[in-house]
Amino acid sequence: MDTRVDTPITEKAKISVRDLNFFYGGFHALKKINMDLPEHKVTAFIGPSGCGKSTLLRVFNRMFELYPEQRAEGQILLDGENILDRKLDVSLIRAKVGMVFQKPTPFPMSIYDNVAFGVKLFETLPRVEMDERVEWALKKAALWNEVKDKLDQSGAGLSGGQQQRLCIARGIAIKPEVLLLDEPTSALDPISTGKIEELVHELKTDYTVLIVTHNMQQAARCSDYTAYMYLGDLIEFGPTPEVFTKPKRKDTEDYITGRFG
Amino acid sequence: MSTASIKFTPAQQAGRMAKHRRRKVVNVLALMLSLGAMAFGVFWLIWILVETFRLGLGGLTWSVFTEMTPPPQADVGGLANAIFGSLVMSALATLLGTPIGVMAGIYLAEYGQKTWLGHATRFINDILLSAPSIVIGLFIYAVVVARFKSFSGIAGVLALALIVIPVVIRTTENMLTLIPNALREAAYALGTPKWKVISSVTLKSARAGVITGILLAVARISGETAPLLFTALSNQFWTSDLGQPMASLPVTIFKFAMSPYENWQKLAWAGVFLITLSVLVLNIAARVFFRDKH
Repeated sequence: MDTRVDTPITEKAKISVRDLNFFYGGFHALKKINMDLPEHKVTAFIGPSGCGKSTLLRVFNRMFELYPEQRAEGQILLDGENILDRKLDVSLIRAKVGMVFQKPTPFPMSIYDNVAFGVKLFETLPRVEMDERVEWALKKAALWNEVKDKLDQSGAGLSGGQQQRLCIARGIAIKPEVLLLDEPTSALDPISTGKIEELVHELKTDYTVLIVTHNMQQAARCSDYTAYMYLGDLIEFGPTPEVFTKPKRKDTEDYITGRFG
Repeated sequence: MSTASIKFTPAQQAGRMAKHRRRKVVNVLALMLSLGAMAFGVFWLIWILVETFRLGLGGLTWSVFTEMTPPPQADVGGLANAIFGSLVMSALATLLGTPIGVMAGIYLAEYGQKTWLGHATRFINDILLSAPSIVIGLFIYAVVVARFKSFSGIAGVLALALIVIPVVIRTTENMLTLIPNALREAAYALGTPKWKVISSVTLKSARAGVITGILLAVARISGETAPLLFTALSNQFWTSDLGQPMASLPVTIFKFAMSPYENWQKLAWAGVFLITLSVLVLNIAARVFFRDKH
C-alpha cells in the first residue's frame, strides 16, 4: 500500500523518512514509510498493538541495531543527513536523538549521577558547570523541586512517575535535538501521567518530540500532529485536530472512535 | 433448570463442597509431608552443629591460634600453620578465580549469549561446576605437582581457583541475565559505549548477586580437602613459601581426626569448629547482603 500524506505539511521538517522498510528477520514490519516530521512540534504515533509505531520510533536512534536479526532499509534524514548511513557513529546520533522508554529505567546510582551520566560521555565539565547542568535538566523535567534536597540518594527510591521524569531529565541533560517517547506514561498513575503530558507540551519549544501512545486522548491532548499506523503502513498523517475531528480515511475514523483496535 | 443457569442445583452444590473438602485434605497432607522432609533435614543439620560446637569449643584454646601442629601425644600444639595456610590459599584462589569468573560470566551474558562459543563455554562450565573436587585435585597433581616434582602451596591455590571459577561464572551470568533489557537499552539510548553500559549499569545493578556468588565460592573452597590432598599436601611447620608444601585446615583435620592420638583428635575438632563457623558467617553475610538489595 502506498503511503498517503493527506495534508501537506508546510513546516520545516526535522526528520524526513524516505521509503523506509523494516524487517524482523523475515517479517516485514514497516512498509515503505514516507513522512516529514516538523521541527519543534509534538508528533504522536497511534495505532493498534503490533502496527509498527514503536518499531518506527526505534529506527530514529538506530536502537534496533542492538539486535542482529533486525534491519532497516531506506533513509532517515535528520537535518538532511541520513542517520541510517553505517558510517555515521551511532553514539553521536543518540546524543542528538534522546529516548525515554515505557517503563522507568533509573540507573543504579544517585539521582545526580543518573542525570550526569550521559553528559559525562560527551563533555568534561568542571563540577560547578555540571551542577548547573543537572539542575537545569531536572528543572526542565519538572522534577527539581521534589529532589533538590536528595540528589545523592538512589534514583530507585523515587516513585514511578518521578523515575520517569528522572529518565526524561537524563535524556534532556545531553541536550538532544529530538526526543523519542515510547509510551512514556503507560506504567504511570493519572497524576504522574498529567505531569508528563504537561512536560511534553513544554518540551516542544526546544525539541522535536515524537511520542508513541496507546492512549487516544493523550495523543489528542498533547500532540500537534498525529500519525495513524496499521500493520506496518502509515495510514494517515496530519495535524492532530484534523485527524481526530475529520479523518480522511475510514480506517482512521474507525480506530479513533473505538470501532476497531 | 438449564445448565447455563447462574444458580447451582443442590446436587451440583454438594459436588462442589465434596471437591472443596478433598482439596483441603490434600492440602494438609502435602503440607505435613513437606514439613516432615524439612524436619528430617534440619534434625541432622542441627545435630552436626551441636556436636561441632560441643567438641570444637572444648578443644579451642588460645594456643590453637599461636602454636604449630604438634607431633602425636605432645602436650601443647595448635593449628596456626594450618589456619594460615588455609587463609592464604583460599584468599589467593579467590583473587585468582574471581576476575576470571566474573569476566567469563560477563562474556556469557553480554557478548556470547547466543553464539556457539557461548553455548560451548556454558556447557563446559556446567560440567566443571559439577565435577567432583577430587578430580580437580588429581588434574592439578598431574599437570603441576608431577611436572615440578613437588607438592606446593601454588598447586593448592590453582586447584581451589578451579573450583571458584565455575561457581563465579554461573552466578555472574545468572545475575546479569536477570537485569531487564530495558535498562541496557536506556543506557545505549544515551549513546553509551558497550563496555561502559556493562561496567556502569548492568554489572553495577547485578553487584549484590555477583558478590554473593563470590562469597559462596569462598565458603565452598574453605572446606575442600580432596583438591588440597594431592596438591598442597600438608606441612608440620609454618611456611609462607608457596613453592613448599603448605598446611591447611581441611587436610590437617583429615589427618588428625583419623589418628588414634587424643591431642590430635581434639585439635581436629577445633579445626572443624573454625571452618564451620567461618562458612556459617560467610553464608549468613552473603544472605544479608543479598536481602539488603532486594
